[in-house]
Amino acid sequence: MSVDNRVAYLDGEAALPRKNGELVFAAPWEGRAFGLAVLLSEKGVYEWDDFRTGLVDEIARGDEAYYESWLDALESLLLAREIVTREEVTKRAEQYVALERDPVF
Amino acid sequence: MSHDHDHDHDHHPEAPSPVEARALALESLLVEKGLLTSEEVDHIVSMYEHDIGPMLGAKVVAHAWVDEAYKQRLLEDGPAAVKEVGISYPAGTQLVVVENKQDVHNVIVCTLCSCYPWPVLGLPPTWYKSPPYRSRMVREPRSVLEEFNLTLPDEVAVNVWDSSSDVRYMVLPERPHGTEGWSEEQLAGIVTRDCMIGVARPRIPAESAAR
Repeated sequence: MSVDNRVAYLDGEAALPRKNGELVFAAPWEGRAFGLAVLLSEKGVYEWDDFRTGLVDEIARGDEAYYESWLDALESLLLAREIVTREEVTKRAEQYVALERDPVF
Repeated sequence: MSHDHDHDHDHHPEAPSPVEARALALESLLVEKGLLTSEEVDHIVSMYEHDIGPMLGAKVVAHAWVDEAYKQRLLEDGPAAVKEVGISYPAGTQLVVVENKQDVHNVIVCTLCSCYPWPVLGLPPTWYKSPPYRSRMVREPRSVLEEFNLTLPDEVAVNVWDSSSDVRYMVLPERPHGTEGWSEEQLAGIVTRDCMIGVARPRIPAESAAR
């Protein structure tokens, strides 16, 4: 069972934004967030369904753009699995905002 | 640094928004931890941007294979039936699903341009838009199908459906033998874009057949 297929099976509110049937990323970071989540699942870091469940929960909370929910779901899962820590993510994000690191995707 | 140079040459990167910074932070940390590389992320993104469209059609086909009543609805009213599985189909365009049978094979073409059922199949492959495919599929479909490695016995009739801006077609392939008891997700996995254009038939990968 390929991850491709699992991604296609995101439906209802969790369905990927598309235009002309193609995936649409409104900004590069959205594509990166998408790629990270799919890739980690392909590599067996977590089961796709675990990510999907988190995504559906994030979307259900409402009021966020689709890929913000996506990124929240990814971050929560990585924190829960202790793959990253909140401190390092916060610190690293601050470095990007302060331009101490080059913000190039 | 002196201030007398041309200001147009000043190049300050703009600070990323909080959400961008978080995406950057996660990617860079995952790279440092050796879980992935940025090149792998590039690859996934470009692959999905271009290849995942047909998966929606595959989902429709798999559902029709396991649910006879759904299949009938799909053949009667394509747009309504694809909506049932969560695919939005634009108003004003008809989607006609044509069913392959033991003695009938269907294939789609657009002789005038490149009309294509993109809500279910994504964007058309380059060859679909090429003048030789568009003209020859109508005149000599068997020869063209052979070039796609699909040889049909003489007793199988070939129907070629010419798409237009008002009516788009999609082929419902035959469910292969040996897939009894498969889940819809497994079934969707063997339905390729080419199967739904009609230039290929679904095939069971050797690994699944051996299981």
